[in-house]
Amino acid sequence: MLPDRHGRYGRYGGRFVPETLMPALLELEEAYRTIHRTGEFRQELAWYLKDYVGRPTPLYFARHLSAELGGPQIYIKREDLAHTGAHKINNTLGQGLLARRMGKTRLIAETGAGQHGVATATVAALLGLSCDIYMGTEDIRRQRLNVIRMNLLGAKVVPVESGSRTLKDAMNEAIRDWVTNVRHTHYVLGSVGGPHPYPMIVRDFQAVIGREARGQLRRRTGKLPQCLVACVGGGSNAMGLFHAFRDEAVRFVGVEAAGHGVDTHHHSATLVAGSVGVLHGAFSYLLQDPWGNIQEAHSLAPGLDYPGVGPEHAWFKDQGRAEYVAVTDTEALEGFNLLSRTEGILPALESAHAIAYLRRLAPEYTADDIVIVNLSGRGDKDVDAVAEAMEVSGAAH
Amino acid sequence: MPRIDRVFKQLKAKGEKALIPFITAGDPDLATTRALALEMAARGADILELGVPFSDPLADGPTIQAASLRAMQGGVHLENVLNLAGELRAQTQIPLILMGYYNPILQYGLERTATEAAANGVDGFIIPDLPPEEAGPWRVAAAKAKIATIFLAAPTSGAERIRTLGRLTKGFLYYVSVTGITGARTELPLDLVESLKEVRSLVKCPLAVGFGISTPEQVAGLAPYVDGVVVGSAIVQRVARLRGQELIQEVGDFIAALKAPLRGN
Repeated sequence: MLPDRHGRYGRYGGRFVPETLMPALLELEEAYRTIHRTGEFRQELAWYLKDYVGRPTPLYFARHLSAELGGPQIYIKREDLAHTGAHKINNTLGQGLLARRMGKTRLIAETGAGQHGVATATVAALLGLSCDIYMGTEDIRRQRLNVIRMNLLGAKVVPVESGSRTLKDAMNEAIRDWVTNVRHTHYVLGSVGGPHPYPMIVRDFQAVIGREARGQLRRRTGKLPQCLVACVGGGSNAMGLFHAFRDEAVRFVGVEAAGHGVDTHHHSATLVAGSVGVLHGAFSYLLQDPWGNIQEAHSLAPGLDYPGVGPEHAWFKDQGRAEYVAVTDTEALEGFNLLSRTEGILPALESAHAIAYLRRLAPEYTADDIVIVNLSGRGDKDVDAVAEAMEVSGAAH
Repeated sequence: MPRIDRVFKQLKAKGEKALIPFITAGDPDLATTRALALEMAARGADILELGVPFSDPLADGPTIQAASLRAMQGGVHLENVLNLAGELRAQTQIPLILMGYYNPILQYGLERTATEAAANGVDGFIIPDLPPEEAGPWRVAAAKAKIATIFLAAPTSGAERIRTLGRLTKGFLYYVSVTGITGARTELPLDLVESLKEVRSLVKCPLAVGFGISTPEQVAGLAPYVDGVVVGSAIVQRVARLRGQELIQEVGDFIAALKAPLRGN
């Protein structure tokens, strides 16, 4: 199974980091390989996932949404019901337990939507570790609720003013912090991106999503799904859902953020419209100018507002194992409304991209087919932004 | 003999150590960089290190981040820096090293970068986000063009990696004085001299130290333990603050002051 021993997924991945971090990445890889398979670690993680996170999360048959779209039976994997309201906790809990066993006393993380920051702050509080979260000032403005949550959990939110003041810049600062404090600090990277071994570790901790969904659907219907759909920013919730089905004849669809449109300069559709290069330690697809400078991404969904993507998704794209599509801010808002009205569930704006794509996907399937969509997070954090955007789009009509 | 190797050899024969100043190319414009480079070469610099602007310089502190941004706002990218090197080479024989992140080099093309660098009189590259594990393709391209790939070693590296880095690096090994990013510091780590002694015992190549070194006093303290000292942010701070002839004069004087303790007795 990939990655290979160089941390590569085909030509993608690797460890393009300053020398200062290389020993830390090697140490992390070694610690992960020895610790995560031990019975003791697995039991500890399983216990926390069940009694603390509330797993397994339901696989919900969305009858009304299915009827509304008139195609397949749509099942929703309810990661929004996990503790802290998103799938991010699966990974932060795993990394937090790992960091504690490695003797680290401090956690740092980058965050865009704030969901990963909240999940990291939560685990830091739970495990008695100190915690700093890097967040772009634009995201601090957009996701005020999550900033308050992180503060209440005892974490320090460090505002990042550089660049586009969003996720990419928060990640730059988190890496700079890690370079400086690497001896006692563990960097809880939040997606399946960054240098090896992070894409592997985050995938493995998120793979619980697909493992559960697969078992839940089998028990209920005795079948495999025809198709899996998930939004892709860095790609952790998508990889988490896909991974358990990788050897099956199941179609994978990753939905990126088209922002104002992939033909504009205001989108985050890295796989759909980007090119290959190195960002934040990995060779993958990214958004860049002809000189190799990283371009600013745009999405209404802060968690997708990132000009890179995990290397295993890049590999999946080139292999044709997964297909990657993009939906605009406007479509995502329609997805947000669609799920809210039909099923009484407010999705995170990130997840609303996956919901929105169902409208395009549904006509390809019949009522005998099953599609699972990952509802990676809840939408409470987005109500201000959605209300603001709706008013703006309402005024334009 | 490559220019970098020759400089270290000549300095050693004289009992001197190398001063290696860094500035970001194109900060605030290419004409200023050219004037600064020539002034530094005239006032005591032994090797010049020019930064290639990049949007996401994650090994750099605020000073060099800001310099990179100023240069980018002027539209400066790798090709301009290579051309600038060519102009400098027409006027000076001082070794020229480019410090640049990997993605711009990758997008320009590894072979193209190495070939054009050589044609413009560049002697070496420092690529801070390219550890030896990932450097294979670049090293091949660089070696073919006779461009030195200079590796960094860090306080976290450990003896085994430092030995490997010392074997792989060309020109010299660049030891990072602090566990951290670039930027002038008033105090360097207390164990730095001990670390330098250890690194010295592990590698045969010339050894330079950089990151955080900002005063002639610090340079004097480190000189006995290394073959060269890199000073970056402290110069870049002056570039950010001053303009015109005043800047050139100030940086020239600063270079002379930094070089004095490296001239030996």
